[in-house]
Amino acid sequence: MKLACVIRKQTYQFGSVREVLAKASEEKSGDRMSRLAADSALERMAAKVVLSEMRLSDIYENPVIPYEKDEVTRIIYDDMNLSVYEEIKNWTVGELRDYILSFSTGMPELTRIGRGLTSEMIAATAKLMSSIDLVMASQKMRHQAYCNTLIGEPGRLAFRCQPNHPIDDPEGILASIKEGLSYGSGDAVIGINPNNDSVESVTKLLKMTHDFMQHWQIPTQNCVLAHITTQMQALRGGAPISLMFQSLAGSQRANDAFGVSKEILDEAMELMLRKGTATGPNVMYFETGQGSEVSLESHEGVDMQTLEARTYGFCRHWKPFMVNNVSGFIGPETLYDGRQMIRADLEDLFMGKLHGLPMGIAPTYTNHMHADQNDQEIAGMLTTLAGANFYMGVPGGDDVMLSYQDTSFHDDASYRELLGMRPLREFEKWLEKMGIMENGRLTERAGDLTIFD
Amino acid sequence: MKQINLDDLVQRVLEELTRKDQDVIQFPEQKQRGVEKPNNPEALERAMNRTPARIGIGRAGTRMKTGSYLQFRIDQAAAHDAVMKTISPTLLETLQLPALHTKATDMSDYLMNLDSGRVLSDESVRWLEQNADKGKDVQIIISDGLSTSACEATIPDLLPALLQGLAMRNISVGKPVFIHRGRVWVQDQVASIVNCKVIISLIGERPGLATAESLSAYMIYKPDANTVESDRTVISNIHRGGTLPIEAGAYLAELLEDILKYQASGVKYMQLRAK
Repeated sequence: MKLACVIRKQTYQFGSVREVLAKASEEKSGDRMSRLAADSALERMAAKVVLSEMRLSDIYENPVIPYEKDEVTRIIYDDMNLSVYEEIKNWTVGELRDYILSFSTGMPELTRIGRGLTSEMIAATAKLMSSIDLVMASQKMRHQAYCNTLIGEPGRLAFRCQPNHPIDDPEGILASIKEGLSYGSGDAVIGINPNNDSVESVTKLLKMTHDFMQHWQIPTQNCVLAHITTQMQALRGGAPISLMFQSLAGSQRANDAFGVSKEILDEAMELMLRKGTATGPNVMYFETGQGSEVSLESHEGVDMQTLEARTYGFCRHWKPFMVNNVSGFIGPETLYDGRQMIRADLEDLFMGKLHGLPMGIAPTYTNHMHADQNDQEIAGMLTTLAGANFYMGVPGGDDVMLSYQDTSFHDDASYRELLGMRPLREFEKWLEKMGIMENGRLTERAGDLTIFD
Repeated sequence: MKQINLDDLVQRVLEELTRKDQDVIQFPEQKQRGVEKPNNPEALERAMNRTPARIGIGRAGTRMKTGSYLQFRIDQAAAHDAVMKTISPTLLETLQLPALHTKATDMSDYLMNLDSGRVLSDESVRWLEQNADKGKDVQIIISDGLSTSACEATIPDLLPALLQGLAMRNISVGKPVFIHRGRVWVQDQVASIVNCKVIISLIGERPGLATAESLSAYMIYKPDANTVESDRTVISNIHRGGTLPIEAGAYLAELLEDILKYQASGVKYMQLRAK
C-alpha cells in the first residue's frame, strides 16, 4: 500500500489509511478542531491523490476503528456481501469513482456493488467527488421502503410534518399538524420532538396523533421522537406507534453516549413488528448528521464524513423506513458555514444511497453559524435534484422548541413544484379527497388549517 | 432675487414634518394572519394564539408572503446579530465592569475552537492577580457567550438585584468582572486566581428566533482538577419571557447562600439538600 506521493516537488507522507481519509476530506471546522484535517490545501490534494490509488482491499484490511473494539465496525463487516467484495477488491478508489459515474452504471449495478463495500470505501469515493459528481451519482439511486405508505417511488417526494411546541401543548401541536397537512406535508410521518421525555407524556402525544390520523383516514405514520427506550416503554404499555425513532452515530463510544446499542435496537425492532400499528416491514426511523461524534468527544481519530458513512453502515442493519441526515444542527464548531453545510448534505445523501438506504435530508442551520436562509434553500434544491426521498416540514421554517431552522411547509411545496414531483401515492389520493391538491398542484383551499375545523 | 412667500414656506415645512411622521414604517412584531378567506376565522385565531409556531401565515404560490418572509428574516437577523455583536462599552462603563479577555482572538476562533474560550488571556490573568478582590465568598463573572443581546437585556436589572440580595445576607462579593468571549469552564480558572468560595457566571445562551435575550447562570463551589460537569448548578431561561431578570437576581442570591451553607453545588448540593 502506497501512503506517500510527490506533488510540485514536495513529498507528502501519511501514516495510515485513517489519516489519508481524514486529510482527503473537504474542509470542515469539526475535523480542524479534532486536529485531523489537512494542514494546507496542497496536503489535502496529496491525500486525495494517495486515496485515489488506494485499493479497496487496503481499506478493507485497515478499518478506521478495530473490529474487536467497536460494534459499528462489526455490524459493517458482518453485514457486507463477500462475493461482491471479491469481484471488486482490487479496484482503486479512483476506479470505483469512475465506475459509479459512467453511463453504463445504473441503479441495479450501484445497488449490487453497495452490498460489497465497507462504509469507509463509500466515504473514500465521496472524498474524490465534486458537487456535480455527488448529485449525478445520487440521482441514479432511489431506494424504496414500506411502512404504512411506500416511500422512494420515482417522481414522488415526501415530508415529515414536524409540529413541535415549546411545552408540548397538544392543541398547539395539533394546530401545526393541520397547517402542515393543508400544505401537503406529512406523508413521510407526523413526527413530534417532545419537550417532555416522560412515558406518560409521549404516550399522550402518540394517542393524539393516532386518533387524528384515524379520524381523517390519513395514510401516513406517527412517531414521537423521544429516546428509544422511552418509546419502547410506551409501546409495551399499549401506545399506538407506527414508526420508532432513534439518533445514531458512527462509533460505539458515541452510541454509548446516545444510550443505544445493537442489542437495544434489535429489541426495539422486534417489539415494533409485534406490537406496532404499521404494516411494515420497515418500521424504524433514524437520524444522523456529521459532527455528533466530535461534540460527544468520541470521534476516535476519525474524520466526521467517514464517521457519518459508518453510521449508515450501522443503520442499514435494521432496514429503516427513513434515514434523515441533519447536518448543521450542532453549530459552527463542526460545520462552520453554509458552504460546509451544503457540502455535508451532498456527501451524506450520496453515501447513504450507496449504502442502499431510503435517505432524506434536513438542510439546517443554527443562529451562531455563518449561514442563512439562502444557504439552506440552495442545499434543499440541490438535494431535491439529487433525489432525496423526503424533507422535514416546520411551520415557517422556525422550530420553536429546538431553536434552529429547517425546511418549511412552503419549501416542501416548492420542491415538489420545482421538479414536478408528487406526494406519496396513497397520500396524494387523500389530499385530492380533502380538496387540498388537484393534478399535483395545491388548490385555493390549501394553506388553511381550518379546513379541519 | 426670488421672492419667498412666508405662508407657503410655513405650509411646506408643516407638510414635511407631518409627512416625516407618516413615513416611518412600523413593522409589526406579532405574527400576521395571512390566510385571506379561512374556512373558520375563529378557529384560525384560536390556533394562532395557541402556539408560537408560524402558522396561519398564508402563501404566495408556494412561497411565504412578503410580510411573513421579512418577519422571519428579521427574527433570524436579530438572533444572528446577538451572536456576532460585541457588547456596548457604555454598558460596561455604566455597570463599572472591568473587561477581561479569553484566549479567543476573535469571534470565529471562539466559535470554532471550544478550548479558546475556556482559558483567560495572559494579560487578563495578570490583571486579575493584581486587581481582583481575593478570598471573598462569591465572585461574579458576566460573559457575552453566544448572545450579547441577552447581557444587554438582562444584566442592568439582574446584577444590582443579585448584589443587593448578597449584601442583605452579609455575603462578601469580589468586584464583578466581564469576560469577552468566555465559555463556562473559564470560571474554574478565575476561581483559582481570586480564591473565592463560589463562582457564578452569567452567560448569554445560543439564541433562537423566539428570543435572542435568554441568559443562563452557572454556579460552582470551589472548582478544582476533579471537577465534573454535574458539579455545576445551572439556572437557564432568564429573560422577559421566562424568569424575569429582577426575580432571577433575588433567587440567585438565595441559591448562592444555600450553596455556601452546604459547601457544595450541582448534583452534590441537590443530594445534601434532600437529606
